[in-house]
Amino acid sequence: MPNMFTVSPDFPPDHISGWYIFNTWLQKQTGEAIHLEMYNNFPTQRAAIDQDKIDLIYANPFDAAMLVREKGFSPLVRPVGVTDEAIIAVQAQNAVEDVAHLSPGIRVAVTEDPDVRLMGMIMLEPGDLDNSNVQAIVCDSYILIAKQLLRGDADVGIFLAEAYDNLSNIIKSQLKVLVRSQISVVHHSLMIGPRLADKKEVFQKLLVDMNNDEKGQGVLKSLGFDAWIRVDDEEMEFMIDLMDTLNT
Amino acid sequence: MLDDMKPEDITGDYQEVTLNLYDGAKRKVLYTQIETPYPDGKLIVSTTDPEGVITHVNQAFIEMSGYTEDELINAPHSILRHPDMPPAAFKDLWDTVQRGDKWQGFVKNLRKDGGYYWVKATVIPNVRKGKVVGYTSVRRKPSRTKVEECIRLYPTLF
Repeated sequence: MPNMFTVSPDFPPDHISGWYIFNTWLQKQTGEAIHLEMYNNFPTQRAAIDQDKIDLIYANPFDAAMLVREKGFSPLVRPVGVTDEAIIAVQAQNAVEDVAHLSPGIRVAVTEDPDVRLMGMIMLEPGDLDNSNVQAIVCDSYILIAKQLLRGDADVGIFLAEAYDNLSNIIKSQLKVLVRSQISVVHHSLMIGPRLADKKEVFQKLLVDMNNDEKGQGVLKSLGFDAWIRVDDEEMEFMIDLMDTLNT
Repeated sequence: MLDDMKPEDITGDYQEVTLNLYDGAKRKVLYTQIETPYPDGKLIVSTTDPEGVITHVNQAFIEMSGYTEDELINAPHSILRHPDMPPAAFKDLWDTVQRGDKWQGFVKNLRKDGGYYWVKATVIPNVRKGKVVGYTSVRRKPSRTKVEECIRLYPTLF
């Protein structure tokens, strides 16, 4: 039975083919049979993890604790220079200039991305806002969050910073950023499961060296990355502890 | 061991008091009434060893505390202790994390220049292979309402 690889469902849609190209590269380099399964949402991906179907995952930082502590995964690599940051935005003509001036009861448009939602909700706390006194509007994508704001169907949007930055200038000109996180240590990671544990060092070396040849560089480019960098166990434990403090 | 604060480091008019720290040490601190607002979107992160000695700080910690990284590493975390913070809060913090639980609270921290800043702090034990090897503290921007509540409450806890 091939090993099962999956990617956090919050990957940018433009990179879907990149993950299939990466999987082909990975199979060739490692000699392992690997099947890439892309889940449409976090609940279906978590169900697969729960049933021990997954051997390799590009994981959302929110899921890292569960993968390490309950499922015996360990970190391999993360993309260089890519961290998860969140943005709180409102409609450009909204008079509010500071999160502290937002009121309980507001409608907050979010996606299901668990780490971005968590960071965003933390940035709303200075306004005495939390899950108990805001109305969450769950959207399938960041562009839909922008649409909710522009139509006036949501008061505040929580965006992945990268996704916000990639919105068209026409849309961005109609929005206003209240806060942009500068956390710098929260990131997705490629992680390996217990059935492949004895291959960890082989995988890690291949991935870290990936940007040293032209073919590897091309594959990385299709994912939107420059290179992979090794994540050691303690760096992962640090991020898990940090996420744990935020999830309180 | 913490050095006393020095008048030449202080910005503005200051008061002076000697604190009895949690580990039994004493420190003369100089403090002003100048607040530094918590920066939007940032987290202040530090780790300590099991005795509360700082082993890691991030850039936001350095900027907000006013100390250099070299001054902070190997210093007790009580380098930030402000005289307006009731000792009971820190006893509760230590009792909680030593039980292996998370602690959360609102803290007024002292800067090297004598000023202060309020944070919402969460401290968790770092458990590695079943053993507590230190603590991670993450501070975020507090709500002003909660800070105002603490300003009223904390003087009653001495």
